[in-house]
Amino acid sequence: MLIKGVPASPGIVVGKAFVLKPETLTIPKYKIPQKEIADEIKRYMDALSLTRGELIGIQKKVEKELGESYPDIFSAHLLILDDPALREKTINIIEKENINAENAVAQVLEKIGMTFSKIEDKYLRERAQDFKDVGRRILKNLLGKQEETLANLADKVIIVAHDLAPSETAQMDKKNVLGFATDVGGRTSHTAIMARSLTIPAVVGLGDITQRIESGERIVIDGHEGVAVINPPKTTLERYLNKKKQLAVLEKKLNKLRKAPAQTTDGHIISLMANIELPKEVELLDRYGAEGVGLYRTEFFFLNRSDIPSEEEQFQAYKYAAERAYPLPIVIRTLDLGGDKFASVLETPKEINPFLGWRAIRFCLARPDIFKTQLRAILRASVYGKVSVMYPLISTLQELRQANKFLEEVKVELKKEKREFSQKIKIGAMIETPSAAITADLIAQEVDFFSIGTNDLIQYAMAVDRINEKIAYLYQPASPAVLRFIKHIVDSGHRKGIKTAVCGEIAGDINLTLILLGLGVDELSMGPVAIPEVKQIIRSVSIEEARKITEKAMSFDSTEKVVNYLKSVKEPLKLLYKSN
Amino acid sequence: MIEKNLKIKHKWGLHARPAGKFIRLAAKFKSEIYLEKDGEKANGKSILEILSLALEYGSSVKVIVDGKDEKDALKTIENFLLQEEE
Repeated sequence: MLIKGVPASPGIVVGKAFVLKPETLTIPKYKIPQKEIADEIKRYMDALSLTRGELIGIQKKVEKELGESYPDIFSAHLLILDDPALREKTINIIEKENINAENAVAQVLEKIGMTFSKIEDKYLRERAQDFKDVGRRILKNLLGKQEETLANLADKVIIVAHDLAPSETAQMDKKNVLGFATDVGGRTSHTAIMARSLTIPAVVGLGDITQRIESGERIVIDGHEGVAVINPPKTTLERYLNKKKQLAVLEKKLNKLRKAPAQTTDGHIISLMANIELPKEVELLDRYGAEGVGLYRTEFFFLNRSDIPSEEEQFQAYKYAAERAYPLPIVIRTLDLGGDKFASVLETPKEINPFLGWRAIRFCLARPDIFKTQLRAILRASVYGKVSVMYPLISTLQELRQANKFLEEVKVELKKEKREFSQKIKIGAMIETPSAAITADLIAQEVDFFSIGTNDLIQYAMAVDRINEKIAYLYQPASPAVLRFIKHIVDSGHRKGIKTAVCGEIAGDINLTLILLGLGVDELSMGPVAIPEVKQIIRSVSIEEARKITEKAMSFDSTEKVVNYLKSVKEPLKLLYKSN
Repeated sequence: MIEKNLKIKHKWGLHARPAGKFIRLAAKFKSEIYLEKDGEKANGKSILEILSLALEYGSSVKVIVDGKDEKDALKTIENFLLQEEE
């Protein structure tokens, strides 16, 4: 059975599934004789201490693994555990009803759970989950049950779960984990980020895969295509094993190019950079031969938490990334919330057209408190490396000016406070709207570089909702319209003497590398694992060839013709396997 | 026992993280501390009770403090609820 999901971390793996299913706890109910009440209360208090020890242990592990900047959910868990309401109410019930601790805890949990479910606030309702998690831990400890963990895996397995929490991956016996397959999640969910940092294949958003497979059954996951195959027939299995073998050979070959520049046969050089979400991912730069971070997304910080991250917390994360990357540069993109992702803490109204609504720089300009806090943190981090700042979703020159005005204000504040920052910090605008693209010449005069966010640009240029399957056919990266937009942006930048990067999905798509090269793009920023392949393509052609191919491709009147031409003229896969 | 009515100015209301800070602050005092909103009373030292009040920016609350260090406690709590920054 083949299930389609979202590719979260590349690679192909075949193995036995380990299905993580939450077990239902049966709560016993029995009377406690009066003279044993004190012992029962002690048993309850012991379970609380045991739980506290567990939580502190996991908290330390998670911190060690993901860095201090990872949202700390365990402090909240500990506060709930130590809560007088939980503790006293449970003890009260044990004493008054002469009943066992498990039953008393369950009663209290149910009551508090009811109160929470009535709250309208989305964020608080989500916290009800923390509360349930803590309650479950206490009950397990009372029942003397071992928590089902990934800490002791006997075999090498592929973890199949509804979703993986940081507490679960932190305890995971990593040497025995071959890959992840989860019911829910997207490219930025914890499971996906974890898999990429462990460089194991992962497919997320597989719907109900946990219901369709049992532990021990064989499963294939293809992290390139984003599919999982349960109990594959022999022929299918062989096909995947073959693909895996080819990829391994290719990887070995490309790894030799790690230190080589992305240079065409006639000496034209472009920079290949990495897109990252967590400061720790800076470690991947060296492994894949990235020349810096072309896009450091900062939304991750703001999601899954109850408050906005403080200046200090952001500063520490940006500083870490800047220092670790040095002497390579990093480009920090300011908050790009909205559209399909919003922080639970920011009470934002529901919109009919969120992608055309209050998002990214529009939101930041209306919330200088949040925006300036982030700019301060970025500026302060700028002395620790080569840092640039980039604004997302600029639609007009006026927005850019307003953002720059805030940046100047923050610089003045910092000067007054005698805090250091780099005077040379570069400013970039993301060109993702047709309005910015068509006025790129105006915007170019007031920034140091452009970065084209192609995912949004394609969506806005084609007026296609990326998520709507009925019109998915219109999402065409290689359409004449999109290509003309990119050309116009790059040319406008070059005329004003600034460089243009491309940082959307297409930057890592080897089918489009030649045309981006031919269009004159100066820098490509992508998921770091895609860098070696893109580099190989660039190294196998001359800039002259790429320009000619691009010119011809630009003359076609349909996406189909462009795509077919690009495939036929220089087959990317052949270039990949070509020996140097 | 002293009481005081005030409006929460804390930018994020009392969501989990600020609520956590509030609890830790309240725990420093010997006095009993309660917050009351719309007739519902919550123990200021219980994260569960405070969260279930769903206090937001602009909510009106009554702070009730009872104990030896009630004056200090009230002052500290007032400062926390009225501060705009974290």
